[in-house]
Amino acid sequence: MIDATDRRIIEALQGGLPLVPAPYAQVADDLGIEEAVLLDRLAALKTRGVIRRIAAAPNHYRLGMTSNGMTVWDVQDDLIGELGAHIGALPFVTHCYERPRALPDWPYNLFAMVHGNSPDEVERKRGQIAAILGSACRGSDILYSTRILKKTGLRLKAKG
Amino acid sequence: MTPLDDTDRRLLNRLQEDLPLTPRPYADVAAELGITEHDLLDRLARMKADRVITRFGPFFDAAAMGGDFCLCAMAVPEAEFETVLTKVNAHPEVAHNYERTHRLNMWFVLATETPEAITATADAIERETGLTVHRFPKLQEFFIGFRVAA
Repeated sequence: MIDATDRRIIEALQGGLPLVPAPYAQVADDLGIEEAVLLDRLAALKTRGVIRRIAAAPNHYRLGMTSNGMTVWDVQDDLIGELGAHIGALPFVTHCYERPRALPDWPYNLFAMVHGNSPDEVERKRGQIAAILGSACRGSDILYSTRILKKTGLRLKAKG
Repeated sequence: MTPLDDTDRRLLNRLQEDLPLTPRPYADVAAELGITEHDLLDRLARMKADRVITRFGPFFDAAAMGGDFCLCAMAVPEAEFETVLTKVNAHPEVAHNYERTHRLNMWFVLATETPEAITATADAIERETGLTVHRFPKLQEFFIGFRVAA
């Protein structure tokens, strides 16, 4: 899927883009390739979806978004496609997925991440989701994150 | 940490969107925002140092590279939490890890270069910790547009 040069590029960038005026020239120099080649390769990786975007990952705790609730729902299987699309489109839902249940411990199959400035705000938003799901939902829970334990993103392993 | 001013907030909102693939990308974004390239780089470096921004750079999709992602969860006894955390985080495949309020109190994402590596890594964590690693791969994604209004 990715060739040796792509791989070296990804390895060089997985820690982040250098904060210098010409970051791609610097990375290209480190890799011993032309800047134009690097930019072409990056454009191709974006087209293929290997790179989703080049952007900042914000720390929402530091931005005052101190309440981060993972809401989880046990939704009737035949309705999850339609209802999931509806929940995923809500402006305050940042990630929304269907995932397998792990019975008997875990009956929930719809995961929707909700961020807010307080637990009350997150609870109000959770109530809005519950109202949309209505009787198609047989149970729900909310898991607040209390600590970021790691946040590094993808790391390729060194390959010989 | 230095409190964020309005320019920091505008910059942070803009930088959650894609950076252009041009030789001087910071200068291009600075021009959009009406600030200098130098000012932008200073602000970006400060926000990274203050951990307002945890990472700046390409977001890779392991699945598009032929790899895979999987959300996993474990029920870790409180007394063992730090010991288990050290063992889990030692795996480079663990891309994010959060402590959450639930009996399943440790939630992490594995990002691997092959689908098989998800199973191998989760199994290795089970062997090392003696705890079950519940696996919740995505079956359907309903939205991807994570943005925080700064």
